[in-house]
Amino acid sequence: MSQQTDRAEQVKRLQRREGWRRRLPLVPALVFTIVVTQVPFILSLWYSLTEWKIVPPEPRTFIGFGNYVDLLDNRFFREAVWTSVWMTVSAVLLSLLLGTLLAILLDRKFFGQGFVRTLLITPFLIMPVVAGLVWKTQVFNSSFGVLNWLLDSLWFERIEFVTRWPLWSIVSVLVWQWTPFMMLIVLAGLQGQDQSVLEAARVDGASSRAMFFQVTLPQLRPYLELGILLGSIYLIQVFDYVDVITGGGPDSTNVPYFVFQRSIGGGWQFGQASAYSIVVVIASIVIATFGLRVLSNLLEGEKP
Amino acid sequence: MEVGKKRAVSFLLGLLSWAVALVFFFPIFWMVLNGFKEEIDANTDPKLVFDPTFDRFDEVTSQTQGLLGFREAFMNSVWAVSISTILVLVLAVPAAYALAIRPVAKWRDVLFFFISTKFLPVVAAILPLWIIARELDLLNTRLVLIILYTAMNLPLAVWMLRSFFSEVPKELIEAAQIDGAKLRGQITSVILPIVAPGLAATALLCVIFAWNEFFLAVQLNPVDGSTIPIWVTSNVSTRGNFLAKLSAASTLATLPVVLAGWLAQKRMIRGLSMGAIK
Repeated sequence: MSQQTDRAEQVKRLQRREGWRRRLPLVPALVFTIVVTQVPFILSLWYSLTEWKIVPPEPRTFIGFGNYVDLLDNRFFREAVWTSVWMTVSAVLLSLLLGTLLAILLDRKFFGQGFVRTLLITPFLIMPVVAGLVWKTQVFNSSFGVLNWLLDSLWFERIEFVTRWPLWSIVSVLVWQWTPFMMLIVLAGLQGQDQSVLEAARVDGASSRAMFFQVTLPQLRPYLELGILLGSIYLIQVFDYVDVITGGGPDSTNVPYFVFQRSIGGGWQFGQASAYSIVVVIASIVIATFGLRVLSNLLEGEKP
Repeated sequence: MEVGKKRAVSFLLGLLSWAVALVFFFPIFWMVLNGFKEEIDANTDPKLVFDPTFDRFDEVTSQTQGLLGFREAFMNSVWAVSISTILVLVLAVPAAYALAIRPVAKWRDVLFFFISTKFLPVVAAILPLWIIARELDLLNTRLVLIILYTAMNLPLAVWMLRSFFSEVPKELIEAAQIDGAKLRGQITSVILPIVAPGLAATALLCVIFAWNEFFLAVQLNPVDGSTIPIWVTSNVSTRGNFLAKLSAASTLATLPVVLAGWLAQKRMIRGLSMGAIK
């Protein structure tokens, strides 16, 4: 009897040791990630409950949810939220649409296919700051911009695009950079298609339109979802483009830029700015919940 | 007739692809071209014919006392990017091993945790980071960017590497075990050769994101330790013409990553999509 319990205990101990041996390689990465990403976030949460101005230095005082109440009737914050929403949604959807069309164009043999693909992915590799500056000074600019030269040659009036449509100017640059990314993902999806299903549909005499909507599109779905997910993660955080294209202002200050302006960028209201950033976190959690569901669909059925 | 029509359509679609690609590439072509112009040729109606010159490249790379120089910014970027990428791989490879080859019990939850940190906006962490960095005297140092770029790229790397690792056939590892290979032997002779392309793709993506990063650099390193993106923006001046100079600077700043991306594009396509959907 006692021998049996001994053995059971030994097995348990061995299992536990095996469990830890498996976990060990994970520890450094986990600890690093927790320290660098979660600690600042918790501090942010605490700052957001205080009134705290850093320049000129003032003592920090606890004020509870005061900052959040203020923020509800701050018109500028509400505008920044709308700008963020418009910027992210329109840039993600437009680049996904364009990227899908381009992927379909590229997924067939033609002269110089590899070269065309190389040209098309290049915008994604360009530094965002450079992309913003080049578009602002050499494409949109009303005196020297290529676009305005084109308008002029076609007998239209020159337009100062960035001042007239700040939001859409930024969105165009975002779409220019992210279309190649979406194209790469959809292209991978198209090339990974189950050929036997396509062949079967062809044998059954399906028209090419029916093939696309009933065979190809459903197979592409996880790739499209992945594109939306990654696009939203990166685009909701856009800062560089706003900074170099407009430097903030109505219709171009999104939430990240707003937080920057209210804190390190000159406002120095750390308590208030933290409250703004916590709102971004909550919004991101909403997206994340949706996003993680997409991810778990992606991982579904996969056996470790 | 039918065949001829099909061929014509195919030809037109190819032509369309070329046209779209040229339009997409045009701003980059224009940027490079403007870098070889005199300011007076750049600041006028678009010109295709001009006397090319390297003077702008000389100007932007020459040192001016008290200003952020190209060499300094370049070295800062090289350090921050290379060390952080190495750190990412050092941390992510064992993690990916523990998630794919000998998976821990709740590997899905752990993977979710890593990815979920990517959803936390950097802007929500920047104030505490700034304060912590100021307390630790890390503002304006390379070290602070190295740490943060590692944290920024780690989740993506874990995610991508896990799927590359899970492509390693279990039978191969078992066979190596039966042949008496120790863990080290299994890793160097079986696992690494298979995941090497995946490692390269992951490293490349980390390099691209770190090289192009601007927000953290400008918040935490505005003075010393500034990287290439900050150097580019320093070439925008409020007085006088700067278009050609800015173009030359932009060309230099983007060149390394663009070349690397061109060389590795096929692997990147695979890396990005397999990373998630395999």
